[in-house]
Amino acid sequence: MNNHQKNRIIDLTFKVYGFLFTAISVLILFILLYAIIKAGYSRINWDFLTGLPSRKPENAGIYTAIMGTFYIMVVTLIISIPVGVGAGIYLEEYAKKNGLTNFLEINISNLAGVPSIIYGLLGLGVFVRFFGFGGSILSGALTLSLLILPVIIVATREAIKAVPSSLRDASFAMGASKWQTIQYVVLPTSFGGILTGIILALSRAIGETAPLIVVGAMAYVPFAPKSLFDTFSVLPMQIFTWTTRPQTGFAVAASGAIIILLLITFIMNGIAVYFRNKWQKQLQ
Amino acid sequence: MTDHVKDKELKLPKISAEDVNVFYGDFQAIKNISMDINSNTVTAFIGPSGCGKSTFLRLFNRMNDYVEGFRMEGKIKIDDNNIYKKKVHVEELRKKVGMVFQKPNPFPKSIYENVAYGLKIQGISNKKIIDERVETALKQADLWKEAKDNLNKSALALSGGQQQRLCIARTLAVEPSIILMDEPTSALDPISTTRIEELIFELKSNYTIVIVTHNMQQAGRISDNTGFFYLGELIEYKNTKDLFTNPKNTKTENYISGRFG
Repeated sequence: MNNHQKNRIIDLTFKVYGFLFTAISVLILFILLYAIIKAGYSRINWDFLTGLPSRKPENAGIYTAIMGTFYIMVVTLIISIPVGVGAGIYLEEYAKKNGLTNFLEINISNLAGVPSIIYGLLGLGVFVRFFGFGGSILSGALTLSLLILPVIIVATREAIKAVPSSLRDASFAMGASKWQTIQYVVLPTSFGGILTGIILALSRAIGETAPLIVVGAMAYVPFAPKSLFDTFSVLPMQIFTWTTRPQTGFAVAASGAIIILLLITFIMNGIAVYFRNKWQKQLQ
Repeated sequence: MTDHVKDKELKLPKISAEDVNVFYGDFQAIKNISMDINSNTVTAFIGPSGCGKSTFLRLFNRMNDYVEGFRMEGKIKIDDNNIYKKKVHVEELRKKVGMVFQKPNPFPKSIYENVAYGLKIQGISNKKIIDERVETALKQADLWKEAKDNLNKSALALSGGQQQRLCIARTLAVEPSIILMDEPTSALDPISTTRIEELIFELKSNYTIVIVTHNMQQAGRISDNTGFFYLGELIEYKNTKDLFTNPKNTKTENYISGRFG
């Protein structure tokens, strides 16, 4: 067998190998989706979405959990977007390449890999206890903000890096200041990339349970939260609670809630993909 | 203004470089260059790649300031003011000294927004003034006929030659007195190149133009004076016709006769 034939066989082997494992992962995803939908679709109706939690599985709804998730997400965004995008802009556009900047960059990358329960413990120590916010929406949102900040910072930096330097040159050459260039050229051009990063970070945050359990998310909340300092539950928390109940009816309710949570995540990812494509087209 | 002062101003060169040295770290990119450029002329910088002509051009609007390790000695005066003095406002300088780059680099915005950009950053918000200046600039850059019905179309939809004329219009809208061009036609086809060359010729009556070019025929066609750069030195600088027909230096002669480059 000569070299040429050998290479062809290696190529083919790898192609089959790659296809096989891609197919297996997609297949597993579909099996999971099928199992969940089969188990939970019967519970999905208007009463389920607008119902309050209940001791009786057939009456239990996810209204408070959905509202909790919604409020937590909104507050998380309000906190993490200005901080994360601001830090990304600073590191990419202003920070001098020196030891301190390197140190910051390495730590931000490391933070992205810290297990979420650690963020929960941090939130418990700092926001719940030290600042005295208690097990509130505010504590939960601050904790989740910490969790997704590294993701937003990294995404912002990547998007800003992708702006061709020729556009910056053009802006400077016309007498624009640094901030004007960032404001009128860099940010509008990198907007799609930054937005994609934010949405992906948010769809990670929306599924987080561990840090919120530690911070004090409730398994049972009779009312939708009304202020920053109210107690709350969130969808993954509700799912977690229901799956630990012995009654089979709660397992069905949990499946229903999982479908809703997946739906929200898929929609958000879809929006992210849409904006990324639009942004790439604009840059060409 | 008395006639005496006026006379003096007329005699002053528009741009004047005195004993300029440029370093990037340890590397000396420009070696002791002095040069005067007069108002309302086209001056071409020619020379092989890496000879320092682009670096020298970018000194006039301080675009090298961002390059890491950049250091400059000597003086560059525009209208008799040293632009490297501490108190010089770089943004103000760049409104007077516009620049057109090698590759057309319109912003991913509409044609109108591209031309209006310089006015926007100056804080001009009067729609009527902006409309007028956009139209004037597009007319000056010979793009008005093609663009007037598509002002809101993306600038990226234009052809390469149109994009470069848009970049010229964008520069003109700020109303500079000097326009620097860094190989503005090297990415363009011959027809687009001709249009830009004609444009440069027309702009000469109102602006001082300095152009870096790889193309010696282009320097010959459009410039009044030509400087030949080699390894960071200004080897020869004089009237274009004179330089091409009667080069004093053998390096110049070798370069323009195509023996290296």
